Amino acid sequence: MSVFEGFRFRKVFSRVHELDPRVKFFYVCAVFVIAVMFNQLLPLILLFFIQLPFVLVAGVEREWIRSMKGASFLAIMIFLFNFVFTYFYTEYPTFPPSSSLLEYSLAMTLRFLVLVESFSIFFLTTSPDRLGLALEQSHVPYEFCFAFTTAVRFVPVLAEEAQTIMDAQKARGLELERGNFIKRIKNYIPILIPLIVSAIRRSLELAEAMESRAWGATDKRTNLYVLKIKRGDYILAMISICMLILAVYIWIFLRDQIPPLIPLITT
Amino acid sequence: MIAVRDVYFTYPSNVEALKGVSLTFRSGDFVAIMGQNGAGKTTLVKHFNGLLKPTKGAVIVDGIDTREESIAKLSRKVGFVFQNPDNQLFCETVEDEVAFALRNFGFEKKAIQKRVEWAINLLGLTRYRQSSPFMLSGGERKRVALASVLAWDPDVVILDEPTIGQDYEQKEKLRQFIVQLNAQGKTVIIVTHDVEFVAECNPRVVLMAQGKIVGEGVGKQILTNRKLVAEASIVPPQISQIFMGLTGFGLPTDVIDVYEARDILLDFLERSS
Repeated sequence: MSVFEGFRFRKVFSRVHELDPRVKFFYVCAVFVIAVMFNQLLPLILLFFIQLPFVLVAGVEREWIRSMKGASFLAIMIFLFNFVFTYFYTEYPTFPPSSSLLEYSLAMTLRFLVLVESFSIFFLTTSPDRLGLALEQSHVPYEFCFAFTTAVRFVPVLAEEAQTIMDAQKARGLELERGNFIKRIKNYIPILIPLIVSAIRRSLELAEAMESRAWGATDKRTNLYVLKIKRGDYILAMISICMLILAVYIWIFLRDQIPPLIPLITT
Repeated sequence: MIAVRDVYFTYPSNVEALKGVSLTFRSGDFVAIMGQNGAGKTTLVKHFNGLLKPTKGAVIVDGIDTREESIAKLSRKVGFVFQNPDNQLFCETVEDEVAFALRNFGFEKKAIQKRVEWAINLLGLTRYRQSSPFMLSGGERKRVALASVLAWDPDVVILDEPTIGQDYEQKEKLRQFIVQLNAQGKTVIIVTHDVEFVAECNPRVVLMAQGKIVGEGVGKQILTNRKLVAEASIVPPQISQIFMGLTGFGLPTDVIDVYEARDILLDFLERSS
């Protein structure tokens, strides 16, 4: 469940929390685009460290580290797959594998980590309410906004419930780690069925509660809080645009001149 | 049987739920662990079958440190009935549900049949043995959950909030059942904040507040101690509230049993008339 920890919002306030979710999302998209544009190690390392100030200013270091830890298993898998498969595909009989292959695999891993990093910063510093508000003000139909915020809000609830169910079944002698691969998957049936049943039950209850609070009574909803773009938001938007322009410039004109890192370090 | 030695426990979210708890349960004990929400009651009992391992200190079950034994092995001795039966029911029939744990523990087919039969009869579920657990009422589901734990005949039975969502009749049945289990020599531990239920069962009471044990002793002493009860944010049973209000007449204040109260009052009325 530790992966979900990174996406769990805690009520704290900081400059980063107060930023408009739309602008923050634009920033995340900018990072996403830049991360996908480059497959060299140097720009991805820069991209990784550029984001650390956000984590520090927002004061979510612990949660952020936890979500990075949660992503580490996948990161290692990505590294191994890239390294092993690319090696057999391109260089096979020669040994040892070249440093550029190692660098490429590291870059791919780091690309994944950059994406996880930026998305977890976004989710750690944006409350589901504000996120829903941002969607609504971007003219997304309210039904979708509501479905989205509800889904986000219920992820931690379901994760907690899954934990309780696991405990209950372990107390009845279920050993999740026992048996071969197929048996291990089967071991999860006693956990999934109660989880799904309770999720369905919960959704029916939620539907009733919504009906009794006049869901959909008026076409045009009003909101108590309205998002306004403030100075900080303009600054972040400017930073994102500058980063994008710079990245595009480098990509077009200087792409081939980005130095590989490993030879630099070893010499 | 179960020895809790200065146990500290901190959740991954850095919430310190237990702050130095020491307790001993002997074989055949009947104990109610009480306290407000978040006092650490459930966290404590989850240590008894190894679901949680202490961050500091140790829990010893039958001479074995829980950190060195699997949950499955410990559960064989310590049965845990969870608060919400919906957290564990998943089989197509009540029978399968009760047999699930027995299969996990590696009982033989014949033994499984016998034990399922026994447990289903014990909790009056014979009519429903082929029904889906999901079609049963809340109280019946709770009984299925209980049967599925009792089936493997654990030495210790832990019941987490057994009375929540039960009507009076079910509660009374449950009380008789628990008392009967205890009379058969089982160690019974209930976690609850239902004072009236505890007053009727009259077990040993352990009061918890903010991750610590604030009081321990027979129900009569603990539940009528205003200071302790206030510290654990629970209300004394109604009977003892009445007696606390009648101190001016020279009546005792440590009464929690309705029948005892009746005798005392009758005695008092006779003497004063």
